Amino acid sequence: MQEKNLITGAQNTWCPGCGNFTIQFALRNAIKGLVSEGVALENIVLVTGIGCHAKMSDYLGINSFYSIHGRTIPVATGIKLANPELTVICCAGDGDAYAEGLDHLIFGAKRNTDITVVIHNNRVYGLTTGQYTPTSPLGFRGKSTPQGAPEEPFNPLTLMLASGAGFVARSTSRKMPHLTGIIGQALRHKGFSFVDVLQICASYFNVSELYDRQGYELSGHDPSDFTAACRKAEEWDYNTDSPIAFGLFYQEAKPCFEERFSKHPVSTVHTEEQIRAFLETKR
Amino acid sequence: MYDISVLTGGRAGDGINSAGLLIAHLFNQMGYQTYLYFDYPSLIKGGHNFTITRAAEQKIGAHRDQCDYLLALSQDSVDLHRHLLSDNAVILFDSGRVHGQGQGIPVEAILKAEQAPTVMGNSCIIGAFAKASGIPFDVVETVIRRQIPKAPEKNLAIARKGYEAVREERVIPRVGTTCCPLVNGNEAIGLGLLHGGLDAYVAYPMTPTSNLLHFLAGAARDFPLTVVHPENEIAVMLMALGLSYAGKKTAVGTSGGGFCLMTEGFSLAGGAEVPIVVVMGQRTGPSTGLPTYTGQTDLRFVLHAGQGEFPRIVVAPGSPEQAYVWSSIALSLAWKCQVPAVILADKTLCEGTYSLDEKAMIVPGTGDPPKPGSSRSYRRYEMTENGISPLQFPPLRDAAIKVNSYAHDEDGITTEKADIVRLMTEKRKRKTQALKGEIDLLECVKTYGMGGARTALLCWGSTLPVCTEVARRYGFGVIQPIVLSPFPEEQLKAAVAGVRILIAVEENADGQLTLLCRQHGIAVDIHVDKLDGRPFSVEELGARLKEVS
Repeated sequence: MQEKNLITGAQNTWCPGCGNFTIQFALRNAIKGLVSEGVALENIVLVTGIGCHAKMSDYLGINSFYSIHGRTIPVATGIKLANPELTVICCAGDGDAYAEGLDHLIFGAKRNTDITVVIHNNRVYGLTTGQYTPTSPLGFRGKSTPQGAPEEPFNPLTLMLASGAGFVARSTSRKMPHLTGIIGQALRHKGFSFVDVLQICASYFNVSELYDRQGYELSGHDPSDFTAACRKAEEWDYNTDSPIAFGLFYQEAKPCFEERFSKHPVSTVHTEEQIRAFLETKR
Repeated sequence: MYDISVLTGGRAGDGINSAGLLIAHLFNQMGYQTYLYFDYPSLIKGGHNFTITRAAEQKIGAHRDQCDYLLALSQDSVDLHRHLLSDNAVILFDSGRVHGQGQGIPVEAILKAEQAPTVMGNSCIIGAFAKASGIPFDVVETVIRRQIPKAPEKNLAIARKGYEAVREERVIPRVGTTCCPLVNGNEAIGLGLLHGGLDAYVAYPMTPTSNLLHFLAGAARDFPLTVVHPENEIAVMLMALGLSYAGKKTAVGTSGGGFCLMTEGFSLAGGAEVPIVVVMGQRTGPSTGLPTYTGQTDLRFVLHAGQGEFPRIVVAPGSPEQAYVWSSIALSLAWKCQVPAVILADKTLCEGTYSLDEKAMIVPGTGDPPKPGSSRSYRRYEMTENGISPLQFPPLRDAAIKVNSYAHDEDGITTEKADIVRLMTEKRKRKTQALKGEIDLLECVKTYGMGGARTALLCWGSTLPVCTEVARRYGFGVIQPIVLSPFPEEQLKAAVAGVRILIAVEENADGQLTLLCRQHGIAVDIHVDKLDGRPFSVEELGARLKEVS
């Protein structure tokens, strides 16, 4: 089952030119990086939602939980709580994380669960053939909004900063080395790591030109400065035509959710004895 | 035979449930079997709450409409319950709040003299009750020392003053020397799950299972247990499936509304073969309904919840002993067969307090999931004869453990190939058979008093005790299927053989078990329903049966 190159034999069904290929190889390489540092491959678990991105579960030859739409983060939280030794990665789409499962994204950041969340943000529903998502621009003409989307997008970076995420970054499927580096950093960050990946959808929303023209890599930015991170995150509103920064916006070390649960010492008392002891107090 | 009921009423926030429970403990110390019914509206302070504490010499699990003692902490308690009082009922009341006949107790003045907080008023009341009913003060002392470990001396002083404030009226004799643990259904379910090896419990608060969350959150201090309260029931279910995937025996708890949100995850558990247990405490629906009242209206919901077809376990215990035993079994079998299981309870069972018969808490063994061969060739959905694949968890060296909500192959890789989809559907179908084989080994249908009975009551869940008690008076038998999925058709058919008139008693309008039986070729002659969110009292069920039989 586990292939040397971490790619399974499953037939790949992404469209030619799909941004997911870049994310797949960036993630694969980032995982290889971890393994080369001594992390056991079997200690890595991938959780995906539903959508084109989610096929990652089929294509990467590692432990995976191919979940349902919007529900990567609670599954990942459960896995991490069950065994904090595991490295848990969520791949989710923008429909997954920003629409169907937005509550879980906010709570993931609030709890600071030690998981890495990679959002394949192509700003369109691909697998359902082209409807607007929470990050599609105002006026987006999709199949459900032929007159143009009547809502402005929200900004996932400011949302995550407001929710308490300790690692907030953005990259793009247009820059594989940059993306590999950012995912690698996210995996090594202890706590909730959020990476918004601006991914092009070759079939329904190919804005490669926009990302190439407006995109730039952050430099001279201090990721420990929350105010500066907020300012930088607000530079582009996912709607208008302004410069788009890629890189690590914010990083803060703080205690993780699972660390705050009490560690259970191996009990020497038999469960049935404990039950009897409890019943004795009820007599 | 002594059979005594005590109605304690007051405003929400007065600690009426605790007062009723303390009275149950007094009876327990006097050798009685007890049952405590708690009736309260959905609010925090004010309103009207009452408990009926019943004590009898035989085992009971239902309340009566004829109360022998009234302890009134509010005017409503006197005004609203006249019809529930027997002739010559003893009435004790808080003279600072209530005007009426009976003996007044100056609760506020007593608390003030002792400089005690309002919450200690209960001790005053039970002291007074003990005196009026001739229960020796040393019994009060035992109960207070055991059940109110915080500030026992002050509580005792207050109880003593309550004791001295009234005169003896109607004596309750000691009938035995054995006392039982008094537990509510939620505690019995929680203990059963712990017995079954529960590692984690995830829930969002919802009546009537919130107290199970509270109980297990407290138990997590003593047991190796992780308890989580996430943002909503969707997260509850999915977080639980994550825990289960990584090897933790996990349960969730909710009521109908929360289970609506869990159904997408429930179907995921069925299709992806991730074991999970759902404690489903029914309350009066539809929708928000009566949040703090009872009902048996979700049987069909849990039997059919979730898209697609997949095997599931549904058990409906009818007593705390059954709740303990079957919660443990549900967890073990869900794990062994890798299916979702539902423990279908209701407000009556979850929040009722009962004398526990520890001798009836024997859990039959159910065995473990099949063991895998070498990890290098591990396949999560390996085809086996009975459809049950070896269960392994990450990390497993040299293996990738893949679970999948999509139709999948043996490795857990998505497939749309017709032949593999068919094979996987057949695999799940074989699991249903395997599960049926497992439950056939257990006593899934209980019968009571069936020797020669031509008429039998058919019931499920919390109406078991009221049915057995009333049936005994009428010479009827009682048949109770505990397992409702897979349906124990053969066991039930054997139980009803020879019955001339089968009367289903269900706290719903549609006759959900009646319909289910009909589907399996078992005819029910008469359906006795209950439409008001209140559990049957002994008198009410008796009268209803008189009408129909």
